[in-house]
Amino acid sequence: MKELLLIAIGSALVNNVVLSQFLGLCPFLGVSKKTETAAGMGAAVIFVITIATACTSLIYDFVLVKLGIEYLQTIVFILVIAALVQFVEMFLKKNMVSLYESLGVYLPLITTNCAVLGVALTNVQKSYNFIESVVNGIGISVGFTIAIILLAGVREKIEYNDFPHAFKGSPIVLITAGLMSIAFFGFSGLI
Amino acid sequence: MNKCTERVYNGIIKENPTFILMLGMCPTLATTTSAINGLGMGLSTTMVLMFSNLLISALRNIIPDRVRIPAFIVIVASLVTIVQLLIQGYVPSLYDSLGIYIPLIVVNCIILGRAESYASKNGPAESFFDGVGMGLGFTAALTAIGLCRELLGSGAVFGHVIIPEEFHISIFVLAPGAFFVLAMLTAVQNKLKLPSATNGDAPKSALACGGNCLACTGCGSSANHMILAEKKAEEAAKAAAAKKAAAEKALAAKKAAEEAKAAEASKDGKES
Repeated sequence: MKELLLIAIGSALVNNVVLSQFLGLCPFLGVSKKTETAAGMGAAVIFVITIATACTSLIYDFVLVKLGIEYLQTIVFILVIAALVQFVEMFLKKNMVSLYESLGVYLPLITTNCAVLGVALTNVQKSYNFIESVVNGIGISVGFTIAIILLAGVREKIEYNDFPHAFKGSPIVLITAGLMSIAFFGFSGLI
Repeated sequence: MNKCTERVYNGIIKENPTFILMLGMCPTLATTTSAINGLGMGLSTTMVLMFSNLLISALRNIIPDRVRIPAFIVIVASLVTIVQLLIQGYVPSLYDSLGIYIPLIVVNCIILGRAESYASKNGPAESFFDGVGMGLGFTAALTAIGLCRELLGSGAVFGHVIIPEEFHISIFVLAPGAFFVLAMLTAVQNKLKLPSATNGDAPKSALACGGNCLACTGCGSSANHMILAEKKAEEAAKAAAAKKAAAEKALAAKKAAEEAKAAEASKDGKES
């Protein structure tokens, strides 16, 4: 139990997926203009990554290792993730309309999010078992959500600030992300 | 300048994927902790890009349009696996320092972007050289950023220390340094009004998102494809409308001719 907690905190705060691993940077910078959309994106990422880590972990353990074809992991994982996102979207559309309406628009955007593939590959690299993989997935996606909501909050305030014209647009967002990244270094004493 | 050298020049200078199109930001930030890592990552991506462009261009008439994205992903993922195994076998030190970012070349926007916007429309030779150009442009950019970060952060050039340790600003080799270096770079581009995707001066790529990764919500996203599909539908509707108009015109002309004929005939009848 203690180890699982350590994995979750480690992946959510200490090795934050965007701020120290640089995975999923595109949605982090692209969908962080408003807090509500950022929260929606974060929820969708938590949802997809949790399901994707469970599936990829099972497939790795029971198909790839059994057949001795671990080297095909990249191909298998990316296809599984792409198919999974499509499938989840169809399932939600049919059976859970309210959830689909709140997450639906974000789901297709996640297919090529490198964080999803990144988590699946990290789990294999660190040879986590099924439960550890899922906990790691939840931790990483919660970390992503924390980071994107914080950045969206800061960006909403930045709108009204006065800074050099050349920094308008992405430079100031990148500087903000850099400062947040320094702040997240503070968590490294946790473990 | 013939077409192939033009593609290489285009990739390195005119449409540099990192500095001008702002594509593939994840590896740009993550692997540029030193010049040699940037160079290694750039060259691995170049290898994948060259052969993926070549294969996709050669197979472009065989792959059905509806399943092209999964087909491209399978081709790219196979090439990435080959490159990964080669690096693991021959350059284990680079494999250790790049780690997870080698398999993540699969989801690099540059590769699917070039496949979608260039290789699926042009011949194999041109596409191959487009891959060479784009790859070398990416390599040059990554090496340059890596050189800056290594010099500022650990006072070294390609691993040779030239600045004494008390002047190192070690934050530049850590994660925040990557954000700061890129922020400064885009700010300078904005200030000097250099072409860049961030200030809207970049040459528009064929992707509907304009190829701007910083304002993008996921490359190859279905939103993008929806826009593309809408564009296609619009064009088709336009073509259909034009066809209809032409047909109507032809019909009107035919009618007019018939009427004239009838009038003539009746005239003839009267005369006779």
